Amino acid sequence: MRYDLTLGIAYDYAQPAPLMRNLLRVMPRQIAGVQQVLEARISVLPDPDVMTDRRDFFGNVLTEVVHQRPAKRLEIEVRARVDRTEPAASLDLTPLLDRLPAEIAGQRGLEPHRPHHFLGASPRVEPDAAISDFARDCLPPGEPVLAAVRAVGRALHGHMRFDSGATDVNTAPSEAFAARHGVCQDFTHIMIAALRSLGIPAGYVSGFLRTRPPPGRPRLEGADAMHAWLRAWCGTETGWVEYDPTNDLIVGAEHIAVAVGRDYSDVAPVKGAVRSAGGAATRHTVDLVPLD
Amino acid sequence: MDDGTGSSRDVAALIADYAVPPGVADEMIGPDGRVRAVWQPFLDRFARLSPEDVARRFARGDRYLRDAGVFFRQYRDDGPAERDWPLSHVPVLLPESEWTDISAALVERAELLERVVADLYGPGDLVRDGFLPPELVAQNPAWLRPMVGARPPSGHYLHFVAFELGRSPDGSWFVLGDRTEAPSGAGFALENRVATMRAFSDPFEHGTIHRLAGFFRSFRSALQRSAASLEGRMAILTPGLGTETYFEHAYIARYLGLMLLEGEDLRVVDGRVMVRTVAGLKPVSVLWRRLDSAFADPLELDGGSQLGTPGLAGAIRGGHVAMANALGSGIVQTRAFLAFLPRIARALQGKPLALPNIATWWCGQQAERDYVAENLSRMMVGPALSQDLPFETTDDTVIAGRFQDGRDLDPRAWVRARAGDLVGQEAVALSTTPVHEDGAFRPRPVMLRVFAARTAEGWRVMPGGYARIGPSEDATALALRRGGRVADVWIVSDRDVPPETLAAPQETFQRASDSLLPSRAADNLYWLGRYVERAENLIRLVRAYNLRLAETGREDDPRVARAGAHLRRLGVPSEIGVPGAVTQSLDSAIRCAAKVRDRFSIDGWTALQVLREELGDIAARVQPGDEASRALGQLLRGAAGFSGLVHDNMYRFAGWRFLSIGRAMERAQNMTGILRDFASPEAPEGSFDIAIEVGDSVMTHRRRYQIETNRNTVIDLLALDHRNPRSVRYQVSRILSLVSELPGAEVNGELSHVMRAALRIETRLATAEPEELDAKGLAALQTSLVELSERLTAAYLV
Repeated sequence: MRYDLTLGIAYDYAQPAPLMRNLLRVMPRQIAGVQQVLEARISVLPDPDVMTDRRDFFGNVLTEVVHQRPAKRLEIEVRARVDRTEPAASLDLTPLLDRLPAEIAGQRGLEPHRPHHFLGASPRVEPDAAISDFARDCLPPGEPVLAAVRAVGRALHGHMRFDSGATDVNTAPSEAFAARHGVCQDFTHIMIAALRSLGIPAGYVSGFLRTRPPPGRPRLEGADAMHAWLRAWCGTETGWVEYDPTNDLIVGAEHIAVAVGRDYSDVAPVKGAVRSAGGAATRHTVDLVPLD
Repeated sequence: MDDGTGSSRDVAALIADYAVPPGVADEMIGPDGRVRAVWQPFLDRFARLSPEDVARRFARGDRYLRDAGVFFRQYRDDGPAERDWPLSHVPVLLPESEWTDISAALVERAELLERVVADLYGPGDLVRDGFLPPELVAQNPAWLRPMVGARPPSGHYLHFVAFELGRSPDGSWFVLGDRTEAPSGAGFALENRVATMRAFSDPFEHGTIHRLAGFFRSFRSALQRSAASLEGRMAILTPGLGTETYFEHAYIARYLGLMLLEGEDLRVVDGRVMVRTVAGLKPVSVLWRRLDSAFADPLELDGGSQLGTPGLAGAIRGGHVAMANALGSGIVQTRAFLAFLPRIARALQGKPLALPNIATWWCGQQAERDYVAENLSRMMVGPALSQDLPFETTDDTVIAGRFQDGRDLDPRAWVRARAGDLVGQEAVALSTTPVHEDGAFRPRPVMLRVFAARTAEGWRVMPGGYARIGPSEDATALALRRGGRVADVWIVSDRDVPPETLAAPQETFQRASDSLLPSRAADNLYWLGRYVERAENLIRLVRAYNLRLAETGREDDPRVARAGAHLRRLGVPSEIGVPGAVTQSLDSAIRCAAKVRDRFSIDGWTALQVLREELGDIAARVQPGDEASRALGQLLRGAAGFSGLVHDNMYRFAGWRFLSIGRAMERAQNMTGILRDFASPEAPEGSFDIAIEVGDSVMTHRRRYQIETNRNTVIDLLALDHRNPRSVRYQVSRILSLVSELPGAEVNGELSHVMRAALRIETRLATAEPEELDAKGLAALQTSLVELSERLTAAYLV
């Protein structure tokens, strides 16, 4: 499936700073055999004094933008054309959950794809007893890892209600879980915490969701803005599997990935030294349209 | 006559009750039960001192610390809290021969740590080859992903490290922990040395004790070399007043003549790190970092940090700035690493650690976990990724099988369940060293912090250290966490060592250049000048008020009411005794001074503290009226003392200029305000006299005009007279002459905005007739003074 993507983000600043520096993670990721970025362009207004691209530790495209003059408004626009391959259905070849630790232990090295980065606590995902209990309770015994991921995801989807106004970008997973509602970021953080508590390495993926569903299919939640889902490491053979907890499904051709990390703090689309009140963008629109 | 040696009987008496606890080593008493040779000359002399002598000598050391402003302090929101520096006056003595071995071992260890850091931020072989479990790195908050792959420009990650050492019961030394993030204590060690030397001046022999100055000097040269190669300046990067070691940062900055910078002083421009100075942005190329890595860059590291500089991590990756130590170096002070360093040493250096570290077992491994679970009685068990030293425990620590917070949980099951989150460390015993208490020596557990610096000749170990001494006889390392005392460490040679003076900093090193005054420091100096002058003005006004009140006994007397109204306009709601506004001004002054301790003389600081203490005393006891005015007079003399110190003793660098401009600006504005209230046509009779009195110009007026005060004489004397130091004109001329020496005052014959503004005011005052300064004229003058202050701020201070 080929898509045209448009992302628009704008910030208004009540008190412009003399020097403004922002880190952007908004460009779609090139993933061999899965996601092919045919063209991608980013534009920033006002014209930045410095704009450089590099890759961060996890291989995401990181755009650094510097304005040496005060600006009241910052506008970021991304336009891209991306080919997304429909994943082939495959058998669950993942090991039983109690075999996973041994497979993790066999993974030596600090490269960014290694599962060790995605266990334990990370800046935005602290272990939480309530979430751990929940994860344990919804797990049937003797399941393979992938089945365990789906079981936790299904249970969580039943437990939580999608509510775009209930939480904000700084809400802790434990808080959203206790209140049983949230947006894709909350769903994703909660499920990352749940999987890690079971010993399943889990990380955060930011990206886009097809804006309008194919005919006869329901519209997915989270398509109006940048979306979030997770990836879980399901053993040496299968590796990383992406799962969308907000919509309770294995990620397919309707998701375009931008950045991966341990949690939101590694992939935040705009990280700036100057923020508007509350850190919320004043405008944030996404359009992901298939080209037929 | 004291010949400086005591008889063996005196020494015997001195240590008669000195009972080393069973099963531990002692620094003074050897394993054979006799005094160690290195202590003998010291004891011989000490034994000859009378109790009064001892007290006098110790007091001498304490006085030095107080005068130097060395306190144990913490800064909180409600102001600084200080207590006396807990110096144990008796130093810890070690023979040079033993120290040589320790130093050699620590140099090896420093090099080992360097190689581990370099690998973890470089190829990652240690993890790949199984020498370190990946989770101890990948899940370690001290491992900073943005710095992975960033090679430091010098090629080295570590430049200044510290080691915590203890001595085992068998007499051998071991390492309790490594400090690589931003080790503190070296400056305090220097202060301990000076204070201890004061206490043990003649007849104690100092010629054989190794000096510390050379160590600092060679480290400074190393920094300087690397700064020169990168074409920029060097500085110390501090988190600022909020940290309890800020004093040390300021002290070292002053001692070594380095700039002391905070994150907000720095800007990253085009990939380069610049310091904002009163002369504009200047490149910085070497930062001796005393700020925790995670806080250094809010953009790429801890986003919640208010202390950092956005873009700093990128500038480091770009190779334009060197950090001592590199960002992320703290990874190797992780507790669990101690379990793996022995094997890594054998692999990388081909031999075991010359100095072992505290036995440590990481519970992520089956055999180690079982061992810890079965030997809880001999263990401290705590978080594996903790950066703290073994004795710095939390509630979540199990000691000898018991939780510190007393929780009811089977620790064995806890160890098995939490597994890789935990490490067990042997519950070590430390050696004891003498402290002097109630006229006798008593043994107390001791731990040494030892420092190593990378110099042109390789690692160099400071010949001395920072000893921490436990509060009781309990010799387990844990006793140290309850606080105690600190002491100097003497490395004693068999022969005289070459003298190296610990001279005053300004004699040791010359500050590089006048223009390198960071804007933030200038701002603090400017406001320091203003606040002190503000306090002085308030005191004068309050005194005048109290005098009138004592005279008339009536608050509704027109003059009393007028003075009260003026005070209220200055934000002084109650005119009784010493108002809170005076205290507030002085507290603000002290806060400003505290932020520029590295540029501020110890005498000036002390004068300010004394003034504040006196104010506190007076505020507590005086009643309104005559008595208050006398007490206030005393305060005025204190304030004048401070100003005198500043004026007479402070070098005429840019810093002094800003302090002086602040003072002149405040005085000009205050006087203008006074004239507006007390020299207005509708002011009650006697108001002119108040203005003259507050303006400290009673005598001058009498001599100059030989007539009754009238509005014109008051305006002439206090606004226009260029010879009266209390007049607005005088202060404006002073500002003009000071700003004309600031950077950029005149470029190619063109005057700066600040210069123009000051010149305009001066010209107006120089040409004005008293009549022109009516109510409207004074209001306009006040406005133009405020504008001048704003221009100055915009040009130099932000």
